[in-house]
Amino acid sequence: MTFSPELEAKFEKLLKSYPPGRQRSAVVPMLLYAQDELGSVTGELVEEVARRTGITPLEVNEVVSYYSMLSRQPRGKYHIQICTNISCLLTGGEELWEHACRKLGIGNKEVTPDGQFSLEEVECIGACSWAPALQVNYEFHHHMTPEKLDRLIDNLRKAV
Amino acid sequence: MLYNEPSPLEVKVLTRRFGLPNSQSLDTYLASDGYKAFRKAVEMGPEKVLEELKVSNLRGRGGAGFPTGMKWGFVPRNSPKPKYVVVNADEGEPGTCKDRLLMENDPHQLLEGMLIAGFVVDAHVGYIYVRGEYRYVIEILDRAIAEAYERGYLGKNILGTGFDFDVYTHTGAGSYECGEESALLESLEGKRGVPRIRPPFPAVAGLYQCPTVLNNVESFSAVPAIIRDGGAAFAALGTPKNGGTRLFCISGHVNKPGVYELPMGFNLLRMINEVAGGVRGGKKLKAVIPGGSSCPVLKAEECDISMDFDSLAKAKSMLGSGGVIVMDEDTCMVKAALRIMRFYQHESCGWCIPCREGTLWLRKLLARVHEGGGTQSDVPLIGELAKNMLGRTFCPLGDAAAMPTIAFVEKFREEFEAHLNGAPCPFESKPVSA
Repeated sequence: MTFSPELEAKFEKLLKSYPPGRQRSAVVPMLLYAQDELGSVTGELVEEVARRTGITPLEVNEVVSYYSMLSRQPRGKYHIQICTNISCLLTGGEELWEHACRKLGIGNKEVTPDGQFSLEEVECIGACSWAPALQVNYEFHHHMTPEKLDRLIDNLRKAV
Repeated sequence: MLYNEPSPLEVKVLTRRFGLPNSQSLDTYLASDGYKAFRKAVEMGPEKVLEELKVSNLRGRGGAGFPTGMKWGFVPRNSPKPKYVVVNADEGEPGTCKDRLLMENDPHQLLEGMLIAGFVVDAHVGYIYVRGEYRYVIEILDRAIAEAYERGYLGKNILGTGFDFDVYTHTGAGSYECGEESALLESLEGKRGVPRIRPPFPAVAGLYQCPTVLNNVESFSAVPAIIRDGGAAFAALGTPKNGGTRLFCISGHVNKPGVYELPMGFNLLRMINEVAGGVRGGKKLKAVIPGGSSCPVLKAEECDISMDFDSLAKAKSMLGSGGVIVMDEDTCMVKAALRIMRFYQHESCGWCIPCREGTLWLRKLLARVHEGGGTQSDVPLIGELAKNMLGRTFCPLGDAAAMPTIAFVEKFREEFEAHLNGAPCPFESKPVSA
């Protein structure tokens, strides 16, 4: 399996970040960085990460099923993650979530038919003092309102 | 970046460089006393550094409040095994958003804290375990690390001291449980983040079963100031046994939510009214979760309290990770309890049965009560079920789920009872999704 030169360089650096014989440590970062490039954690990727870190595909699969950011299903180009945990709940996170579902016509962990957007209701993302908050892929958006969300989605649609 | 206006009541020690132009850069750091503490630590030697840390009364900022100097002292410096420094940057306790700021605004302060830790315990490798959602923070840290290598603040023979130290960032991939130190170590070893039974503690058998110093970002970030200005000066900022300042993350129903650095022991009511601008909309204060979602809730009348580890423990709550969640008179306590339980049920790793099953059934019970389908016996059942989880799990996640639930039921029993036998939620018409 081949990856982009940037990702190959990242893998090489990662595998050198841990002491000799401890390359298994690179499994979670490798999976996440590869998912960013491939769109999901595929069976082929699991085999490849297992091969490069010297563990079995089963051991890699055990890891994949544990971490909430790793996904075997492809997500939208823009993965919108809305926090509804306590601080966001108190400041309108739930209304924001419902608004996003209506606006995009999809539910939790679903993808729009054109593959551009996916939605996920997430747990605390560490933006409690600037709630309600969401992330589009890795980008934070603070102090959100349904109106701001509309503008955000409309702008992303234009960019598509 | 800063996401809220600072308060004039702040005492800026760890956040003193926040807002300076290019505060992430090595030059800005050096221009404001950067890496002086490391040079001083090397002159002092490990024993004196440890002593200074103990004098500072710095207590773990991740939530447990364990004295940092004592924790470092448990590491067997002369062990023939390699030793490691691990930073817990898996910030995930709901209500907490401070480590993000410390890393993005002053990454070198954290690196210097790690260097000093490495010097004290004779470790030569450090890892910063950052939650996966903080990708941009990892990029900032990586740039700071690269800059430190280029200018000789990391790598071989640092500043001619003969001390070698390497630092690497490591991304998580979505797991609250990995913020628990033993689960974090499992995750850093490339496994599922399930906790280890302790003892042995990480100081003795941590990463790769080797002695490991493991602290929160804020704890490491406090070390340079302590060594530079002295442990006594840091201690004097706080209250007895609770040295220094800490970053309080105020969220919820206040006019000016934000992260503010305040002395340990700052009064909670003053924090809400004077630092955070009071309860928004002129409403009355109903309750405060003082230290992140696992901390038992305080009723409004309990909020005239000193925000330090010991005063909160005396009030049967916790200072935790500094997440102050403020709730006004219109907040449904059943809904708050349910949302918090949904979180713990989602994040329970499933390793210990009392936690895995307990969180699930508590979620179901709380949802039933909130939807109006509860009966009289459900209210005491919630409390009893939660009490039966306490102390019966490898890691504190089970307790973290049980403790706030017990407090919600005991302190707001009448609200739970107002939801029973088909009654609609007194605070809203539509039920929260379970």
